[in-house]
Amino acid sequence: MASEGPILEIRNLQARAGEAPILHGIDLTIGSGEVHAIMGPNGSGKSTLAGVLSGRPAYEVTGGGVHYKGHDLLSLPAEQRAREGIFMAFQYPVEIPGVPNNYFLKASLNAIRSYRGQEELDAIDFLSLVKEKMKIVEMPQDLMGRAINEGFSGGEKKRNEVLQMLLLEPSLAILDETDSGLDIDALRVVATGVNHLRGPERSMLVITHYQRLLDYIVPDFVHVLSEGRIVRSGGKELALELEEKGYGWLEKDPPEAEAGASG
Amino acid sequence: MSASARTASQLLALCEGFSPQGPEPTFLSALRAAGREAFAAGGLPSRRQEAWRHTSLKPLEGLSFHLPSGEATVDRGELELLSSPVFACSLFVFVDGHHRHDLSTPHAFAGDLRVESLRDVRASGAEALPSELGTLTDLKAHPFAALNTALLDDGALVSIPAATQVEHVIHLVFVSTGAAAPLSTPRVWIEAGPGSHAVVLQDHVVVGGEGPRLTSAVTEVTLGEGAHLELVLLQRESDATLHVSNLEVRQARDSRMGSHTLTLGGRLVRNDLRTLLVGEGAETRLHGLFLGSGEGVVDNHTLVDHAVPHCSSQELYKGILAGRSRGIFRGRVLVRPDAQQTDARQSNPNLLLDYGAEIDTQPQLEIHADDVKCSHGSAIGRLDEDALFYLRSRGIDMAMAQRLLTRGFAAEVLRALPGEVLGEALGSVLSEVLDAAETGG
Repeated sequence: MASEGPILEIRNLQARAGEAPILHGIDLTIGSGEVHAIMGPNGSGKSTLAGVLSGRPAYEVTGGGVHYKGHDLLSLPAEQRAREGIFMAFQYPVEIPGVPNNYFLKASLNAIRSYRGQEELDAIDFLSLVKEKMKIVEMPQDLMGRAINEGFSGGEKKRNEVLQMLLLEPSLAILDETDSGLDIDALRVVATGVNHLRGPERSMLVITHYQRLLDYIVPDFVHVLSEGRIVRSGGKELALELEEKGYGWLEKDPPEAEAGASG
Repeated sequence: MSASARTASQLLALCEGFSPQGPEPTFLSALRAAGREAFAAGGLPSRRQEAWRHTSLKPLEGLSFHLPSGEATVDRGELELLSSPVFACSLFVFVDGHHRHDLSTPHAFAGDLRVESLRDVRASGAEALPSELGTLTDLKAHPFAALNTALLDDGALVSIPAATQVEHVIHLVFVSTGAAAPLSTPRVWIEAGPGSHAVVLQDHVVVGGEGPRLTSAVTEVTLGEGAHLELVLLQRESDATLHVSNLEVRQARDSRMGSHTLTLGGRLVRNDLRTLLVGEGAETRLHGLFLGSGEGVVDNHTLVDHAVPHCSSQELYKGILAGRSRGIFRGRVLVRPDAQQTDARQSNPNLLLDYGAEIDTQPQLEIHADDVKCSHGSAIGRLDEDALFYLRSRGIDMAMAQRLLTRGFAAEVLRALPGEVLGEALGSVLSEVLDAAETGG
């Protein structure tokens, strides 16, 4: 798998939203080509972690650090992180009236291509590329000409996220509760899109509340997040255990941390 | 004498010293005299007047205006380049308020459609002129319309014959040139015959001119029964331009009017628009997009006058204000006692891009009938943080993300433009302006 150092190294990461501290010291290492799942109850800090990694301005890092491909990630603005290959699929993709989806996708792809020193795609090449990727996520053509996510169903929004991921070909994909609000068919389609991207040069951080997504996107490692800390780590079987026991045990039974299970 | 009174008396001196070239029917000189008298009596408006409460004419003070000859050299290539995004085969060009045959391409106006210059026509006598010219405008209520009328000289006369569909956009271009405070007073008369359909674009530009300038434009429009007219006013002059426009519309039974006022820049822009619904079943749609930057002030005053039953009006004005600019919107909808079954809707959302920018918005419904459907609303907001982050998380930089969202905010007004071509063309003109506008802070 990883020939060089890890793609992502999170060390003692602490962060808050407004006045409220949410992350209390996260340690996590992700190697090239690995798929890590983070599970945890509501309010455990899952979305905060995704937000901090992708550069959402609402969060403030109060301690610790993150290295991405060996460089300090937290000093980069959000757009720079995206250009360096980080992609976050939003739990709640934003509706943007008046901005056509195809125009947005082309602007995004070309911003990233030109950063990577690749030639920008013209309208025709873009269209044929986007059509090819749309097939993978079974997305209807007419969603291209509409405003970004405006009036899209829950499933269409998530397909649109995965479509963007397929176009931008990130090195590290963060899926923030991509399964929330999806029926089983949509979940299958979305997972197919994600699996399409799996490969030795691509890593994933799959954040989810439920185990069922992990039936489709099978992780190499599973971590349990509780009250802003990773309290347990293990293999994919840990997800099944959680499914069986629920999250209730987190409060009653202080975990025996198995730190460093990854990498 | 106050600075404002000095400016007014200088403008009045221009009116008094003005004499038209060539013969003309007496009704024109009488009209001019009425304008002069109204301007002499009222002078320039002050902020003590309700209609000008939010808008100061200070940028006008200290300027000494002159009336350019209209013979300035304008490079045809430059003009075509400027108008090419919206160029629609038939250009009818005015330079500093005067029609220029050498720059116009009226051959593309087909059939019985008449697009003529006032100067060309007035020599032919009173019969050749529209008999109602000047009758739609209240000179006492509008000091700049009085000024325009006092200096009535040239302009466009557009007459669309009954039951005629005009395929191409009738594109009137008003070019302002030169330095040292030129004043131009274009006059437009549009008559849409019963059952006709046309699109008229009035496009105000500056070519090769720097410094402050004043345009005082008056447009009068009548729609016959069942006529459908789309009027586009594009104000894209320099940031030093002062532009005051009066648009007066009268709509007969079952006529449909779409007005699209796009203000893309200017030091001070004031638009007064009034549409009078005098025939049952008439429908009016007023769309506006105004963009302020720097120290610019954009003021839109609209009045929809529902005088008879079964008419509808829809109004959507959107403001985008950057820098330390100010926007003013005052939309009055008057539903007279007879105007039962009126359906009137009005909305004015605004986007403030910078902390120094301001908007005063005042929708005003005056309803004197009891069986009507009326609504109005206004909103003021900033660019959505979540939307900005969403775009940035896809590699799009902050400046581009802001432009995309701003353009998205404007899209609804652009979509309402007649024909896809015009919408797209003006969309790209808008993008250029947004790219150039400096924001921050």
